[in-house]
Amino acid sequence: MTSHGLGHAFLSLLRRDLLLAVRNRGELVNPLLFYVIVATLFPLGVTSDPETLATMAAGVLWIAALLATLLSLDSLFRSDFDDGSLELIMLSPYPSTLLVLAKVVAHWMVTGLPLLLATPLLAVLMAVPDDARATLWLTLALGTPVLSLVGAIGVALTVGLRRGGALLSLLVLPLYVPVLIFGANAVAASAAGLPVTGQLYMLSALLVLALSLAPVAAAAALRISID
Amino acid sequence: MWTFLHKLGSPRHFYRISGRLLPWLTWITVLLMAAGLYGGLVGAPPDYQQGESYRIIFIHVPSAWMSLFVYMVMAAAGAVGLIWHIKLADVMAAASAPLGASFTFLALVTGSLWGKPMWGTYWVWDARLTSELVLLFLYFGVMGLHAAIDDKRTASRAAAVLALVGAVNIPIIHYSVEWWSTLHQGPTVTKIDAPSIHLSMLVPLLTMALAFKLYYVTVLLMRARSEVLERERASAWVQELARGT
Amino acid sequence: MTQAHEAPAQRPAPESLLAAAGLTCFRGDRLLFRDLSLSVNAGQALEVRGPNGCGKTTLLRILCGLTLPEDGTIRWRGRVLRSHDPDYLRELRYIGHSDGVKLALSPRENLAIAVALDSGADEAELEAALACLDLADFMDVPCRTLSAGQRRRVGLARLTLGGARLWLLDEPFTALDRSGIEAVRALIEAHLDGDGCAVLTSHQPINLDAGRSASIDLAS
Repeated sequence: MTSHGLGHAFLSLLRRDLLLAVRNRGELVNPLLFYVIVATLFPLGVTSDPETLATMAAGVLWIAALLATLLSLDSLFRSDFDDGSLELIMLSPYPSTLLVLAKVVAHWMVTGLPLLLATPLLAVLMAVPDDARATLWLTLALGTPVLSLVGAIGVALTVGLRRGGALLSLLVLPLYVPVLIFGANAVAASAAGLPVTGQLYMLSALLVLALSLAPVAAAAALRISID
Repeated sequence: MWTFLHKLGSPRHFYRISGRLLPWLTWITVLLMAAGLYGGLVGAPPDYQQGESYRIIFIHVPSAWMSLFVYMVMAAAGAVGLIWHIKLADVMAAASAPLGASFTFLALVTGSLWGKPMWGTYWVWDARLTSELVLLFLYFGVMGLHAAIDDKRTASRAAAVLALVGAVNIPIIHYSVEWWSTLHQGPTVTKIDAPSIHLSMLVPLLTMALAFKLYYVTVLLMRARSEVLERERASAWVQELARGT
Repeated sequence: MTQAHEAPAQRPAPESLLAAAGLTCFRGDRLLFRDLSLSVNAGQALEVRGPNGCGKTTLLRILCGLTLPEDGTIRWRGRVLRSHDPDYLRELRYIGHSDGVKLALSPRENLAIAVALDSGADEAELEAALACLDLADFMDVPCRTLSAGQRRRVGLARLTLGGARLWLLDEPFTALDRSGIEAVRALIEAHLDGDGCAVLTSHQPINLDAGRSASIDLAS
């Protein structure tokens, strides 16, 4: 009997989730479309004047990314919970913290990464000044993993509930406030020509904190949810 | 020592002991509250800048302090229940949540009422009020999670995890909101600067803070008692109580 | 009330593998069982009997650690178990009501994942396990196209992989046809022959050799 170890378990689970996402291709594109549509609603609902758009752009794109992530979170544990695979994962001798991290990484690759790829296009639509575009992309690259990680805690707590969706937003959105503040502000500062190293450091710190603590909380919450 | 602690953690003993303590606590709370209110509303002199309208700080500031304090107590009680499976800790956490939310709401309302004479508007997005608002949402999240799960023990465990996550986040949220508000140069007068406050105002303020704490403990015990009765309703001692023996 | 009927051991000095004492469990307000004790030796299968809703599934979930009991201890090889004990989980296979099968994946892919999470096994072993349960012709089609009984077999296929000593089976025969039931019974017998042990529930008679099965009844 060959025993492959933790790395193999982690990668297998990651690969499994990516495979499942690819095979359910139709659902892959929904969060991305949501992101694009919400962002385009703002010029329609507020103003199409490029100058005003430019001042709101950072916040609008960040909030749209936030809501798109929130929308996509339910798929993180729902299907595994329903068909019993989640119990298999929790019964693994390997630490559930790391297995949960594998799932969150897969989730980010499937939802956060497409958002990142669509952002340059949206930056043009929202009249984000050239110098701020790189900052926008960088803040989202640092921030969307945090959104997935923190969101995983919320989904882990509500996966066992019948109508967990609305409660999920209430649980997760207050926790998103710091990421939103630093991310949106960094872009606005960059557009005004101010330095953004402080905000980027804060975002990196939040990412590190989320990477180390969120999987622990999410695994504990999952254990409670499947009780 | 261990038997004493074990007794303390037993819902049945808690019910008995708290029943004896409650009348005393209630009276002390009422007296302290009256003393603090008199000192603040009548005793303290009017502020040279704000006149009489500043007096709302005697309610606003203790409420804000309590809103944070109760959250930390709730998170700590949740942690104790989660790690050591002590039922009474779960009860305390569950009973504290609505109390903390009420204090937060009170802080928001009094802060907003204070805003009208101060800045001419009922709401400004300053650091303190915005943080309190996010804190209110955190409380609602814990209460919502409690209510959404049918089994009380599972609900307490889940709410404890959430409260701990929130407790870690509160300093981060506070700091980020404060940083964000300094960018907009908004008024920050909801903050009381300790060195510049006069003794005649400080004493009623601290009295009110103590009165609020005792109020919290008193009402917490009352809520915890009914929570205990509900959770333990299948047990023999509760059945006896219900039957009136 | 619980009653344990223990058959006399057939071989010298049976090793007591799993022992639980004082298990108490509530489901909401209802008391399912109080102060339940059980013990399973190597080469022995323990059958949990009782009407619907008496806590058979909950008992199995407590034994594998998915559900927390109100009170009680579980020992594996004499050692008291804490929550999430990796050594215990490595020696444990749990089959619950759900199959644990992803519909978009093939049986081979499903099994590969289950095995990666539990232990490790190579290709040949995966194929052998699937063939044992008559899935040799269906190894690479999506499980969505399989029947309920076939999906159950996919879920059961991981039992023999990884050398687990304790099998916790909750209604393993659900949705299986007669040949499937026979195949699973043969697997259980072989497992017990190899000094493994099992705790199982079933609405159908399990019919193992009399010497190696004991039963407890949860009806109170």
